[in-house]
Amino acid sequence: MVDHRAGPVGKPTQQGVVKPTLQDIDTYTDTRDYLRHSREHAETHGYIDWTIVDMDAHHVESISWKEIVRFIDDPVLRDQAERFHSERVGSPPYGLVGDFGLRYQDVGGRIPHQSDQREKIDPAKGVHRDVVLTRRAMEGLACAYMVVFPTSMLFLGMHPQAQMEVALGNAYNRWVQQTLLSDDNGIIALAYLPFNTPDEACKVVEEFANNDRVVGFTVTSTRYKPVHSNEYMRLYRMIEESGKPICFHAGYHWQDPSLATIPTFLGMHSLGFVWCNMVHMTNWILQGIPERFPKMKSLWVESGLAWLPFLMQRLDDQFLMRQSEAPALKMPPSEYMRRNCWYSSQPMERSNIKATELTFEMINAETQLLWSSDWPHFDFDTPRVIYDLPFLNENQKRNILGRNAQQLFNLPDRPAAKA
Amino acid sequence: MTEHAIGNLDEFIDGEKELLSVGGIDIGVFRLDGEFHAWKNVCPHQGGPVCQGRIFKRVIDNLGPDKQQHGRAYDESQLHIVCPWHGAEFNIRTGIHAGIPELSLDPVEVFVRGEKVYVRVD
Ligand code: FES
Repeated sequence: MVDHRAGPVGKPTQQGVVKPTLQDIDTYTDTRDYLRHSREHAETHGYIDWTIVDMDAHHVESISWKEIVRFIDDPVLRDQAERFHSERVGSPPYGLVGDFGLRYQDVGGRIPHQSDQREKIDPAKGVHRDVVLTRRAMEGLACAYMVVFPTSMLFLGMHPQAQMEVALGNAYNRWVQQTLLSDDNGIIALAYLPFNTPDEACKVVEEFANNDRVVGFTVTSTRYKPVHSNEYMRLYRMIEESGKPICFHAGYHWQDPSLATIPTFLGMHSLGFVWCNMVHMTNWILQGIPERFPKMKSLWVESGLAWLPFLMQRLDDQFLMRQSEAPALKMPPSEYMRRNCWYSSQPMERSNIKATELTFEMINAETQLLWSSDWPHFDFDTPRVIYDLPFLNENQKRNILGRNAQQLFNLPDRPAAKA
Repeated sequence: MTEHAIGNLDEFIDGEKELLSVGGIDIGVFRLDGEFHAWKNVCPHQGGPVCQGRIFKRVIDNLGPDKQQHGRAYDESQLHIVCPWHGAEFNIRTGIHAGIPELSLDPVEVFVRGEKVYVRVD
């Protein structure tokens, strides 16, 4: 493995020991060195040759926010935003409403890559920082494709001004197209839907339905809008016709009154990142969205998997007694959850391997599960969390690590990235 | 098992670590209160480079005699090596995870002979 960082080079001693060859990891460590053990595992075990698709990784869009606001359509908002970024100090990026929980993610400096990525990037090469960092992560994680999501924008559904979600979401989509997706580099994305304004969300679908590199549409799940509201039916029809999936990307909202009783990020995040998707899934299924739009594929991202057996059993149990309250359903809720819904794996709970195995069986993981890393966040997973599972055969591993995503997103085979 | 001299005693600073590659195996060597401890640089969680992480003191609850909590404190006597991938904390002396006793680091034999420090690896 090449050492990408400048630093002391090892010197041989009389006993053949080389010291020091390793360096402490900090915020300046090159992503490829950070993830070296993951790449080596893929090489040693041979799955480096598979087409691995990471369904959910992130970039930190707030660092590029000054560039992104230039894509705002509204000339007044755009002017405000540009002035804000050229003259204001001490404020968060214009218009963003990131949850304050974001500041706890690195566990007080224990997880440096979550604190910051200050590694060296050669500006002379003219490639955008986020493309360079993503490609390095793809190399480290042995991926051929990586779906890149934003970070602070996951909270944009909580913006008190609905028009700001539209303006910033649209600006972001166009910036993504011109930067992250400007080359055939294995980086792919889903378009941000300004879901609080359904007519504007429909325009996004219109704009990106035929763009190959935009493989679906994202709803950030942290929001208080019922997903079965009648105002969404035109949007769902359009998404169904596009053939691309709608994705609910989880997040948290610490100010939610019940989550606000929890004093630590650990507890709040454990529940918050699942709770939003549990609520949306409950409405999605019980209000019969899969019956109304049988060809629409929904993808539930970053809530882990342990919530699924709970919700499947809970909804089935109650449905048996109260069918008249969910008259659209022609089969138990859990059947829709395993036929019409797809799931990303991270953060994959593995403390009880029998429970993990049963979960895979219940959701029909062989066809419905897509591995995801969530890199560079503190709870990221490497592909080995799937590869090492004792109850999967090779075909199942290949499906979950890549083929299911290839099918859902229409992606050809491709070799692992080398940044 | 092959014996490797990894340095002179005075090259190892108390409370700190040295990262080495010995016989093709990456290890972390720690000196604490004069004692040496060495662990393989592979985390039992997802295989991360655990010894390349930072050293933190153990965090404890600051409870009063009435069991009320008054914030947190450090246990100055317990040092942890923290895996930089996901933050798992391991006691440097025992290699055992700070909260999950079943999870522990893979030990490497380390000893002092004369003024030199040695490890034995396969
Ligand atoms: S690999 Fe060490 S904490 Fe996950």
